[in-house]
Amino acid sequence: MTHRKKGARAHRAGAVPYMFLAPAMALFALFLALPIGYTVYLSLRRTRVSGLGLGRGARKEIFVGLDNYAAAVGDGELWAGWLRVLGYGALVLVVMLGLALLFALMLDAAKVRLARFTRISIFLPYAVPGVAATLMWGFLYLPSLSPFGDRPFLSADLVTFSMANVAVWGGTGFNMLVLYTALRAVPRDYYEAARIDGASEVQIALRIKIPILTPAIILTTVFSVIATVQVFTEPTTLRPLTNTISSTWSPLMKVYRDAFVTGDLYAAAATSMVIAAISLVLSFGFLRVVKNRAFGEG
Amino acid sequence: MAATTLPATAGHARRQARRSLGIVPTAVLVLGAIYTLFPVSWVVVAATKSKAELFSTSTFAPGTGLLSNLSDLFAYRDGVFWLWLLNTVLYAGGGAVLSTAVSTISGYALAKYSFPGRGLIFNLLIGGILVPSVVLAIPQYLLFSKVGLADTYWSVLLPQILHPYSIYLARIYAQAAIPDSLLEAGRLDGAGEWRLFRRVALPMLTPGMVTIFLFQFVAIWNNFLLPFIMLGDDHRFPLTVGLYTLLAAGANQPSLYNLIITGTMLSLIPLIALFLTMQRYWRTDLSSGAVKSR
Repeated sequence: MTHRKKGARAHRAGAVPYMFLAPAMALFALFLALPIGYTVYLSLRRTRVSGLGLGRGARKEIFVGLDNYAAAVGDGELWAGWLRVLGYGALVLVVMLGLALLFALMLDAAKVRLARFTRISIFLPYAVPGVAATLMWGFLYLPSLSPFGDRPFLSADLVTFSMANVAVWGGTGFNMLVLYTALRAVPRDYYEAARIDGASEVQIALRIKIPILTPAIILTTVFSVIATVQVFTEPTTLRPLTNTISSTWSPLMKVYRDAFVTGDLYAAAATSMVIAAISLVLSFGFLRVVKNRAFGEG
Repeated sequence: MAATTLPATAGHARRQARRSLGIVPTAVLVLGAIYTLFPVSWVVVAATKSKAELFSTSTFAPGTGLLSNLSDLFAYRDGVFWLWLLNTVLYAGGGAVLSTAVSTISGYALAKYSFPGRGLIFNLLIGGILVPSVVLAIPQYLLFSKVGLADTYWSVLLPQILHPYSIYLARIYAQAAIPDSLLEAGRLDGAGEWRLFRRVALPMLTPGMVTIFLFQFVAIWNNFLLPFIMLGDDHRFPLTVGLYTLLAAGANQPSLYNLIITGTMLSLIPLIALFLTMQRYWRTDLSSGAVKSR
């Protein structure tokens, strides 16, 4: 920002920037701050049923402090869900981001054919809704339709891999594009200098390009972690095709079940706060670790 | 990539090495493209198969049932599929237009004015990226129920207008695309701030707005969780929720598979068309200030 005209501009503008920002702030208050506040409020309450729970006043909402959180933390079903999502998430993150990085480096390689066609093709799944992607793969996994023979893709042993494949298929292209865009911004003479020094293309990729990409890799990892912790669409859509996915397969599915099937809004509110906390801790924790590693400072 | 002129002494050997390396990247990328195109091409072929052909003919052999599949799908529940498609266009189109408008004016204000609280407001709006959608969707549903708006078009449209990442992109783009001197000149000529925004800034922001619109359009088009939670009446469903209910109803009836496959195939066409025609606006980085064709 230029300091020279700052004062004059601010003076002249007066209330204008606030008016320009009013729609966004109103939406923020109504659809972000209010729902979060309401979730916190609900998570601290519970209905108490007196007597047989019949008649007026038999059901009363009371403040229960952190009871719902204690229940959420002590819930074995939820922990099992976390474990499943952890395995699934590790698989998705490593394979998806690994492939995205590989494809971005290959697109940026000194000599490559069909770059445009392959770039568009690999990015294409971004335009495919998660539900549609899961349906397509889901049918391809069915032994009666599968071109891969009778492999039990949706059995208890393989279902995590099959689901991870859907996520990898859907997410690789977008991450590839983010990384490729970052690579394109690097001046070409960087590499030319290395080439003249006798560096091979592989060395250039490993020693120059990947370090340059580090911030973009961090960004894509954080977004992918947040998305993976909240996995919902793929297992929900795959569920009708197999009995190996329970209605509480992922923590978010448990929240949905608690809220709309069991009707326990208070448990759902507490669990969703726990999910939010875990995704925040994971993404900030990752940022911290990476920052220490990459830049040698806290 | 322009041909790099190597010093003559750099020699034949290195050039040859690089040519042979060109095979590796190309092969890797072609494998990637085969992987991504595989299920899409399968669903296109499978949609042409009749009920009997679907389970009997070989995977990539085209069938003869496309027309009957289409008429079955359009007849399903009095043509509810068309309604789903229309609803999706309405949610994605309306939502993306509103979202682009809000993001653009917010990004512009954050980029081009300095005022008390600017940093705070920016951080608040951007912090929304980190809030998991589930923490929002369920209380949003409950709050909409309280005011009688759950299970309406509004309940799907309104929560998707505010999009933190779009505001961030709009701010970066406004910073790069609009020179301060131009705004100052306008002010000296006595133009009001709104007029400056409309006449000076908006035309310069248009390419960035197209990008924001596209990303938001796709995000809403693909959204499943929010409409799944908000809506009960299938006349208001978008395609994603509609296809899911079709599957939930038909998973145990292989006779409905054709319907689901055909519906999935049709649901891909609009976005892929948009995607291919708007190639040059698909950018994940707007900081260069101009959308160039590559």
